[in-house]
Amino acid sequence: MEYNGGAVVAMVGKNCVAIACDKRLGVQAMTISTEFKKTFQVTPKTYIGLPGLATDVQTLAEKFRFKVNMYKLKEEREIEPRTLAHLVSSTLYERRWGPWFVEPVVAGLDKENRPFICSTDLIGCINFAKDFVVSGTTSNQLYGMCESLWEPDLEPEDLFETISQALMNAVDRDCLSGWGAEVTIITPDKIITRTLKSRQD
Amino acid sequence: MNSIYQAAIDHPVSVPIEHRFDPYVDNGGTLLSIAGEDFCVVAADTRQSEGYSINSRYVPKSVKLSDKTVISMGGCYADCLTLTKRIQQSMEWYHHAHGKTMSTAAVAQMLSIMLYQKRFFPFYSWCILGGLDEEGKGAVYTYDPVGSYERESCRCAGSASSLIQPFLDNQIMFKNQETLKKNLPLDHVLRITKDSFTSATERDIYTGDYLEIFVITKNGVEIQKMDLKKD
Amino acid sequence: MTSRLPRTKGGFNFDNHVRNTMMEGKGLCLPKATKTGTTIVGLIYKDGLVLGADTRATAGPIVADKNCEKIHYLAPNMYCCGAGTAADTEMTTALISSQLELHRLSTGRQARVVTAMTLLKQMLFKYQGHIGAALILGGVDLNGPHLYTIYPHGSTDKLPYVTMGSGSLAAMSVFESRFKADMEREEAITLVKDAIEAGIFNDLGSGSNVDVVVISKDNVEVLRNYAKPNERGIKEASYKYPRGATQVLKTSIRDLVDIKETVQATTTEAMDIS
Repeated sequence: MEYNGGAVVAMVGKNCVAIACDKRLGVQAMTISTEFKKTFQVTPKTYIGLPGLATDVQTLAEKFRFKVNMYKLKEEREIEPRTLAHLVSSTLYERRWGPWFVEPVVAGLDKENRPFICSTDLIGCINFAKDFVVSGTTSNQLYGMCESLWEPDLEPEDLFETISQALMNAVDRDCLSGWGAEVTIITPDKIITRTLKSRQD
Repeated sequence: MNSIYQAAIDHPVSVPIEHRFDPYVDNGGTLLSIAGEDFCVVAADTRQSEGYSINSRYVPKSVKLSDKTVISMGGCYADCLTLTKRIQQSMEWYHHAHGKTMSTAAVAQMLSIMLYQKRFFPFYSWCILGGLDEEGKGAVYTYDPVGSYERESCRCAGSASSLIQPFLDNQIMFKNQETLKKNLPLDHVLRITKDSFTSATERDIYTGDYLEIFVITKNGVEIQKMDLKKD
Repeated sequence: MTSRLPRTKGGFNFDNHVRNTMMEGKGLCLPKATKTGTTIVGLIYKDGLVLGADTRATAGPIVADKNCEKIHYLAPNMYCCGAGTAADTEMTTALISSQLELHRLSTGRQARVVTAMTLLKQMLFKYQGHIGAALILGGVDLNGPHLYTIYPHGSTDKLPYVTMGSGSLAAMSVFESRFKADMEREEAITLVKDAIEAGIFNDLGSGSNVDVVVISKDNVEVLRNYAKPNERGIKEASYKYPRGATQVLKTSIRDLVDIKETVQATTTEAMDIS
């Protein structure tokens, strides 16, 4: 976790969810790239965030893409976010004694367009939250921010402001994360992705 | 520990048994201070804990040093207690020698020296000094355990500092916001303080029980108390 | 059908182990797994048994989940409280639950509590304590109510009242002072609630709400969040931002369109088969 740094947060709003990540890739204190996104689209209305060791982030992103595609071929339907969460969980627990160094976050809308978010630890213990989930080296700061800022039933635009401010102020107090941020808002009829202007130190 | 003893049994002569003494303990807790235009707020929770146990639900971390100065400390409670006594004693001697109360800036400088005096066996304490300066403006001084200090406008320290500090950056200093900076009135600062602690109590296991807020204005020091969650 | 895809084989995968030990050797620290911290209890009363648990999950000193479920379903007549490494308790109970379901289907009988206990202890013993699951297993079968504690190394106890987890001492102090044999249902639930609350308030690893499950001969009640002694108060202020407070560099909006497919049956001339 501390090797490459990174932060991911997801929040529930009124009929929408938001997921946000920072864009830093570092090797301990040295920044290597500021274009390393940690969220990936899995289905039209589901995203997965993978903060952690960069090599595992990329390996797992591909692994999940493969597994989700296989699911789609077998079942002839898109995977539900809740099902994806359990897929992530068992993929991680399979390596209980040689884990992937990632703490995934799943955010999306299910087939009835109900918001769903969850996070897991590195060995696949799922945390189903109704408000927000945080993950990565900035988790403490994000917990503090989200716990104070989040309120129920935020409209997509208000949710965007809240999640952006939570993420940016949190990563500014973490030297391993930051250097730009990307926020995705998932609503029943559109997906809004915004790149934020943030401190570059 | 076991392996050391086992080694001593296996090789009775070659490995001496180590008897280590660890004089530090972390008693948890969170403190914060915010400086305003003509006031200063010093707040801290009152839980004292060790490991997974609560030693006491009401042990104040903040002490009024004068009508213009309040000190708040977290970390190892024994160290904090001793350090507070030393400050109070020095302030009394100062009063006898000079016939006046020490100013906040003078206490701040003195505390830095006191901490650095013990550079190689430090007090395990996170100190925040809040008060009014010579002009009556709010002042917050923050310290590391060995005496490096700085005057700031707001600061949080202790077990939930990483949770609260970004929130203060955002709400007090308006970081990352387009909104113009402005001086916040006292009631607004108190609301932010209370919400900071209720939020930190939700997520930090070492923060909770009661919140004690010291409000320092030109009229002196007023103490407010509030309940926090007890789990 | 032969498949080119890698076949999924059961069991654990140790591929990353060498790499991870190497990285740990270089001083890289492992992220903390979620622990339950936990107070879990169980007791036998007149008609069956009551299980109780708090709902806090922790990652070090931080609360990871404020309202998690620690009383897991094993079989229609059996539930299991879990303490320790959260993923381990979750996965172990899920695995045994599936084995019990298969057992039930193949024998056509209700599974016995000893069967579940034996499956759990054999699994935990096999892994020599590396699966960090400390469990309280409770259920009612044809032989009456049974309450077991199962330790991570695979040893078991069978007692009328038990506690486990970091809050076990606080909870046991309540049981030791107030437990009686053959209590009434209401009295038993209250005692379990009080024991869990002792853990919630006096142990920092436990917190939030009380979950209770009551199992009797032919009735199971899952009382999720039976008591909520730690509701969060109302915030002093709202921290909603004015829209446009955050500076944005780039926006991309993708509209999602529902593609509807309609199949229309068309009548064509029948084939000439004369």
